[in-house]
Amino acid sequence: MSEAVNFHFDVDGENFSSAGAASANVKKKLRQLGLSPEVIRKVSIAMYEGEINMVIHANGGTADVNVDDDYVTIILADTGPGIPNIELAMQEGYSTARDNIRALGFGAGMGLPNMKKYSDEMDVQTEIGVGTTITMKVKID
Amino acid sequence: MKLTDLKESLNLKLINGNIEDIDFDGVYAGDFLSRAMSHVSSGNLWVTIMTNTNVIAVASLSDCAAVILAEGMSLMPDALKAAEDNDIIVLSSEDTVYDICVKIYKTLNENE
Repeated sequence: MSEAVNFHFDVDGENFSSAGAASANVKKKLRQLGLSPEVIRKVSIAMYEGEINMVIHANGGTADVNVDDDYVTIILADTGPGIPNIELAMQEGYSTARDNIRALGFGAGMGLPNMKKYSDEMDVQTEIGVGTTITMKVKID
Repeated sequence: MKLTDLKESLNLKLINGNIEDIDFDGVYAGDFLSRAMSHVSSGNLWVTIMTNTNVIAVASLSDCAAVILAEGMSLMPDALKAAEDNDIIVLSSEDTVYDICVKIYKTLNENE
């Protein structure tokens, strides 16, 4: 790939019907770029979890995806409430999702753990009352 | 194993998609989307009782061969539309998740 490719998406808050649309779109584009199924799977899972988190907790946000020769970089930014205890939020099974959200099948407490597991690098910047920006990088083999 | 053979053995009802020439090679059962997302491998069947659009999103992202809805559940209208739009195969069974899994296991062994 000679030039980096960028995609931008607005993620609609509290819209559970369209949640995952940005991830699905990115998956299609990465396939068109000819990336390996394993890389596409990792990006899909990491980004879907992040997208869902923004819908559930932050009233939406933006997703920017950059593809260069070495990495797929996903930047998810929201102006939501921030994450009070990142250590706790990173624990598998810990969730603050409301009951109505859980009824939809969310709230397994696997969002951030899956994002960490399926990305090769992850950085979380969060401030209470200001928002959260998560940067994930998936290495292209 | 071919999905058409499984449909016949388990008496599954086809809700969406074309199952001709579709093979599957493993099963995941569960309802939490994040768990399914990370455990449903490409070509797997996913057995669940969840029926909303998010099931279709996860099925699509995980490249599963088909979703099997347990206990006679059918898709909600917007989920059915999403399944149609994304070519996601969805079947349903009157059995519980456990019984479906046991029957798939037996059918796979008989076909070995």
